[in-house]
Amino acid sequence: MTALVVILLYLALLLTLGFASQRFFRGTSQDYFVASRSIGPFLLLMSVFGTTMTAFALVGSTGEAYRHGIGTYGMLASYSGLIHSAVFFVIGIRVWAISKRNGYVTQIQYFRDRFESSGLGYVLFPILVGLVIPYLLIGLLGAGSVVRSITIDPGREWLNAGVPPWLTGLVISSIVLTYIFLGGLRSAAWANTFQTIVFMATGLITIWVISSKLGGASAASEAVLANMAQKAKLSRENIPPMQFLSYAIIPLSVGMFPHIFQHWLTARSAKSFRLALIAHPLCIMIVWVPCILIGVWATSAVFPVGHVRAGDLIVPLKHPPNAELAIMVKALTTPALAGLLAAGILAAIMSSLDSQFLCLGTMFTNDVVFHACGESRFSEKQKILMARGFVVAIVIVTYLLSLLEPRQVFKMGVWCFTGFGSLFPLVFAALYWRRTTAAAAYACVILTAATWLALFAKSGWGKTYLLLTDLKLMPATLTFAVAVVSIVVVSLVTRPPSDATLDRFFRRTG
Amino acid sequence: MRLVVVIAGLILFVLHQDFWNWNESRLVLGYMPIGLAYHALYSIAASLFWAFAIRFAWPKDLEEWAEQADGTGAE
Repeated sequence: MTALVVILLYLALLLTLGFASQRFFRGTSQDYFVASRSIGPFLLLMSVFGTTMTAFALVGSTGEAYRHGIGTYGMLASYSGLIHSAVFFVIGIRVWAISKRNGYVTQIQYFRDRFESSGLGYVLFPILVGLVIPYLLIGLLGAGSVVRSITIDPGREWLNAGVPPWLTGLVISSIVLTYIFLGGLRSAAWANTFQTIVFMATGLITIWVISSKLGGASAASEAVLANMAQKAKLSRENIPPMQFLSYAIIPLSVGMFPHIFQHWLTARSAKSFRLALIAHPLCIMIVWVPCILIGVWATSAVFPVGHVRAGDLIVPLKHPPNAELAIMVKALTTPALAGLLAAGILAAIMSSLDSQFLCLGTMFTNDVVFHACGESRFSEKQKILMARGFVVAIVIVTYLLSLLEPRQVFKMGVWCFTGFGSLFPLVFAALYWRRTTAAAAYACVILTAATWLALFAKSGWGKTYLLLTDLKLMPATLTFAVAVVSIVVVSLVTRPPSDATLDRFFRRTG
Repeated sequence: MRLVVVIAGLILFVLHQDFWNWNESRLVLGYMPIGLAYHALYSIAASLFWAFAIRFAWPKDLEEWAEQADGTGAE
């Protein structure tokens, strides 16, 4: 019960912040969609980092480390530290510059103009929305699982099985919708900053408390080392080398996330990116190292002498998906601290949901409605209302999907990132290869999406990774290759874009 | 100098594969699996690398190009 009260207090605090940020909302669609391009270095770092870290980073990473060991950090976290920042540097700054020059607020606007093709936007829109939905699902599944595990209270009949995941999903969706409706992207940036600080701080508290309860970090790690069945998880023995290498494609997904694209456009200047470039790898380390350690410790941690279940594994071999972190927290900390830590996990989840919700509304309004009907016929109020309406529709669809059979957050996340990462060659070619043509963009999007869909269906809609060939390559290897080949081949055999168009997107040199 | 930054980035990418730690489960500092310690340090190295890239390969010309326009593509 105490844990539930702490969680509710946190959610109330977040709503208060949403109301506070409303005071700074200028009431225009530019302010709603891209915060009037006024975000400085710290807010940009916090909002971009907070958006990229979701249930995948906390709940998913702990669960994956529990199953496969410490290699999870190398596959995702340290790769991301290098590659995310590389994408910010190589793609983000250039996209910001082009969008500032041309007044874009979505990535589809850029692609349409760059390839002189209105239809490309209508092809990209459902694919990008379709790929964001699993990302939203990760958040709702992760939140439901954590809150249920933390709030189980056998002493109270109505909390006998904890707060049901359907209720958690409903409450956090409503709260996120409320604060983004109040202040648009500015609210999301503020809330992300607050929530990112909360989940980073609670992550550090978690590792400190859990390691103390396990007799210290050394004792916790030594217990794994002494457990012959689990010792391999302190190394990368369980991870095929080619799977590890081919994971490099996954972090490239940030280059095509529509919500990250939108955050880039909020930057006040190119210099606002500098802090994000340097601090992003460090922030990832601060969040992921504790989660990985807890996941590995959970394989061998037992209840101490004196406990009614002394000697039993804290995380039983059979447990609900995505629950490893919550079970450890619940078993080894006080209810108040467990509530605080659950709030930290919710913070990470909601700091992604808000940007994703907002971005979907922005895309629908700008890329579908304005593009088809013309922007000038709508008032500022109507524009914002439309964006909100579409978001509510998507949230309802995602929410209903979250009520179906739960999937492992990590696997769902990897499939989602595979889709976005495979489209990375499109944005890279559009920005750096003048010869890239509209036909190539169509071929890339359609063939990559079809390949992804076929592999995703073959995996049982996200039940497994579906490693390819005897080398155990990630499926992203195939979808990425399809994207690269289709862009290069089709570009070389079709008519290049006009000089007038290229002049808008490439600086003249010399 | 940009070439040096690109080469340094490629070296960093290769160093990510640390195959020499693959089957190694010994602990450093008494609690940290060596493979995890290596990659935590790698994250710090990545951060330093980006500081280096900003210092020596910052796209100043792109920044100026962005500031020249009025939001409609016109200068």
